[in-house]
Amino acid sequence: MAEHHENNTHGSMGQLMTGFVLAAILTIIPFALVMSEVEMNRTLLIGIVMVLAAVQIVVHLVYFLHVNRHAEQGWTVAGTLLSVIILAIIIVGSLWVMHNMNVNMMPEMDHSAMPVAPAEAPAAPAMDHSAMPGMDHSAMPAAPAEAPAAPAMDHSTMPGMDHSSMPGMTTTTQPASN
Amino acid sequence: MSTTQMTQGGAAVAPAHGDDHAHHESPTPLGFWIYLMSDCLIFGTLFATYAVLGYNYAGGPSPKDLFEPGFVAIETALLLLSSVTFGMAMLRAVKSDMKGTILWLVLSGLLAVGFVAMELYEFRHLIHIGAGPTRSGFLSAFFLLVGTHGLHVTVGCIWLITLMIQLGQRGFCEANMRRLNALSVFWHFLDLIWIGVFSFVYLVRLV
Repeated sequence: MAEHHENNTHGSMGQLMTGFVLAAILTIIPFALVMSEVEMNRTLLIGIVMVLAAVQIVVHLVYFLHVNRHAEQGWTVAGTLLSVIILAIIIVGSLWVMHNMNVNMMPEMDHSAMPVAPAEAPAAPAMDHSAMPGMDHSAMPAAPAEAPAAPAMDHSTMPGMDHSSMPGMTTTTQPASN
Repeated sequence: MSTTQMTQGGAAVAPAHGDDHAHHESPTPLGFWIYLMSDCLIFGTLFATYAVLGYNYAGGPSPKDLFEPGFVAIETALLLLSSVTFGMAMLRAVKSDMKGTILWLVLSGLLAVGFVAMELYEFRHLIHIGAGPTRSGFLSAFFLLVGTHGLHVTVGCIWLITLMIQLGQRGFCEANMRRLNALSVFWHFLDLIWIGVFSFVYLVRLV
């Protein structure tokens, strides 16, 4: 009777020590690999550390937390699996979305993309404001080449429009600055 | 411990009352587990935040400038040993050995306090050298994740002290066994979260 009770709730000395030894080994290996600065492919080393962490989490669940199919008629396992699924969605989803956002970010906002196109983005708004109606576009060497880059923003090339009434274009009301 | 209390093979926490019918089980273990899973989701979102912001240094220090793997190894050892000593305390408690239980619980508490002290020392050091949570996105995410874990361990220590007082007052009654079991699960769970922290926050970034 007593053994049965211990099995289901607090585990046994054997379980505790098995868990301890496994956890210690699974902790020492990644620390040793990183601290000895072993010669190894960086991606492979990161992969090894992550896999060992995942294995150790399972070891803790089984030997320390006693999650198994029999405890609470299997509801603890069900709860654990649900949270693992939600965690996977949260973490993988966040990384995926944020990676895509970084890739598609405007170059001036993204430092990693700076060397690729340093001049393009700052040039577009500056060109917009300088292209005032009545001005000779051909006199501006940069304007014809860059104009197609931002057609939606280039309202100023349309003659007869009152630019001061357009939201977001308030700087065009100060032609003296040009 | 009488055998009538041990007949509840399926009861996950404490021996059930002898006068109850055979299927009576406390809802606490399952409820506490569901709480832990929700806590797990909090940590999951904080891990995701760290994963997203972890490379935004804002021209500030990177993990290789700040983290010391030897220091983290000692923190990890303290927490793992604390987990094991708590397991020992539970084994003594099932045998109704009050002296042994308290001894192992005190040891678990001291190891956890050592862990929290090391973490506070690390935080203080980082803030002192200008690498506080306001320095960069990476450090904000780091302090939030590791600080939340440290806060959990601190709360666990407070709970441990109150539970030892309760054990001293009422001994191994059913309610105390239930509380002891819940704290045990909480304690092991925090060690489990720390596996993610030392692997994902520290080691991987030092490769």
